[in-house]
Amino acid sequence: MSFTVPAKLEAQLDELTTHYPQKRSASLMFLHALQEHFGYVSPEAVDWTARKLGLQPINVQELVTFYPMFRQQPLGKTQVKVCRTLSCSLAGSDSIRKHFVEKLGLDAHKHGPQTTADGKFTVEFVECLASCGTAPVVMVNDDLVEKCTAADCDRILSKGR
Amino acid sequence: MPQEQRLILKHADQPGYTPDIECYMRHGGYEALRKALATPGRDLPDGKKQTPREVIRDEVLKSGLRGRGGAGFSAGLKWSFVDRRSGKPIYLICNADESEPGTFKDRQILHKDPHQLVEGMIISCWANDVKLAYIYIRGEMPHAARLLNKALDEARAKGFLGKDILGSGTELEIHVHRGAGAYICGEETGLIESLEGKRPYPRIKPPYFPAVLGLYMCPTIVNNVETLCHVRHIVNMGGAEYAKLGTPNNTGTRIISLSGDVKNPGYFEVEVGKVTLGEVIYHENFGGGLKPGRTLKAIIPGGSSSKVLKAGEKFKLRKKGPDGQMVAVETDLLDLPYDFDSLQQAGTMSGSGAVIVMDDTREIVDVLANVSEFYAHESCGQCTPCREGALWMSKALHRMTTGGGRSQDADYLLHIAQNIQGRTICAFGEAAAWPVLSFVKKFKDDFVARGKADEEARAKGIVPASHH
Repeated sequence: MSFTVPAKLEAQLDELTTHYPQKRSASLMFLHALQEHFGYVSPEAVDWTARKLGLQPINVQELVTFYPMFRQQPLGKTQVKVCRTLSCSLAGSDSIRKHFVEKLGLDAHKHGPQTTADGKFTVEFVECLASCGTAPVVMVNDDLVEKCTAADCDRILSKGR
Repeated sequence: MPQEQRLILKHADQPGYTPDIECYMRHGGYEALRKALATPGRDLPDGKKQTPREVIRDEVLKSGLRGRGGAGFSAGLKWSFVDRRSGKPIYLICNADESEPGTFKDRQILHKDPHQLVEGMIISCWANDVKLAYIYIRGEMPHAARLLNKALDEARAKGFLGKDILGSGTELEIHVHRGAGAYICGEETGLIESLEGKRPYPRIKPPYFPAVLGLYMCPTIVNNVETLCHVRHIVNMGGAEYAKLGTPNNTGTRIISLSGDVKNPGYFEVEVGKVTLGEVIYHENFGGGLKPGRTLKAIIPGGSSSKVLKAGEKFKLRKKGPDGQMVAVETDLLDLPYDFDSLQQAGTMSGSGAVIVMDDTREIVDVLANVSEFYAHESCGQCTPCREGALWMSKALHRMTTGGGRSQDADYLLHIAQNIQGRTICAFGEAAAWPVLSFVKKFKDDFVARGKADEEARAKGIVPASHH
């Protein structure tokens, strides 16, 4: 499958590059945009970004491997990020994650993101989402679910199925 | 009666208040910018002259404003360190990478009143001859990033940004730059590396002080969201008037983020030092106390990097006596004024203003294990003591929470933590070490008891979960 960035997206990224005195600065924003469009950052996306910004592919690849938000493989359509950090943990985030993992037949003991076989869900623990006053919190794709309950989890699951 | 004093969040939660520019301007928005641009220069008593820009910088210095991101350093002094003679452009970056566990104050500003930040930034940029600025916002706040972009477009359309701001002949452009989930990007030199499109490895200081060698090796100011918002109010009120808010050396208001085991977690804006830590937790205007039947065990007073305070602790606070002499006054933990200096005297810090409360149902070993896992995950890996030590402490604590504890683990953890602090390029080393040092020292019995209990269980042939 050939890797093609739509002209409109490329134009947006070209405009974005003008925000910085040095093109390299745009690399994180490129990766965000490409991941949003393709669902993940493929080796082709890394090469394309490097070519556009006049970098070596390793300069881009090292960002993909460092920053937790970038993905090197396709993830589920509904991405569930459960906050693991202290205030959410005190408010029961462990049982929230367990609820998702068990209902989706994933492995509760496994670390890192896990995706269901049908590609519908990815569930993972993430670090502090900066909403500790409404703990426990969960991010579902771009949206924050505050004071998340088991009922909220079931609602998220039925919506994503 | 202790109560909120809302300056930054004055309108944020009012019914019908929206994040668009029309609403902001109906509430007096961008008047401070007009006032700043119209500021005349002035003659000082010593015969020197101040330019209009110097006047604004001087007002910020006089206001006593201290950074609201974590370090609590004087904002006016920070600005005064900027190298203005290098001939290079000066950059300003708003640090909106709010990630310190327990902190959720900037989130309120960014989502509910983004123009207040934009106005604060425009004034700060003008005062510092900045023509290009960035808002570095954490990747997990995509909606806020969109709101900011919209706010910037609106400000551009009104002539508050662009080639000729309100006919003043000054130009400024502000762009939003998104992070991608790394806590270390909140460290200002790590943030700068990230903004340059690299891994956010913090830079060593000296020589890379941002005020001299920051973004693209040019002089750079990095200020927190809340700090920049205060600049707008300092211009409106005047520095001396602003300094009357709060307490001496701890001026203005600040937003406290309260979470953990309290009845009413949330954010509260107060005059700095006018409310005690006990009032923040127990008063009905704030946390409303603990859940029924619970007693206090511990408080993390300024984000998870700050040293923990144990219920019942007492501190000697230096206070001015009736005859003007400084005297040491024994102060209970709950009577500590919630400000920069008192918490520092209590051996910890108010950091990002994030208070996390733990009651007697919490196992301290489990709490520290959770905190340490955060730092193990977020260490950037550049310095060996932090990369290895943070993970090492987290592994030991994980072992302790899964039946593999040993009675010597308390000392073992202290040994590792002591070998991290002071041995790293950035303050993350301290951030990882301080929770361990303070938790283990103050709750040593809990750690030793857990280790002993595990040893006894293993002697009886019970296999720890960590070995499964």
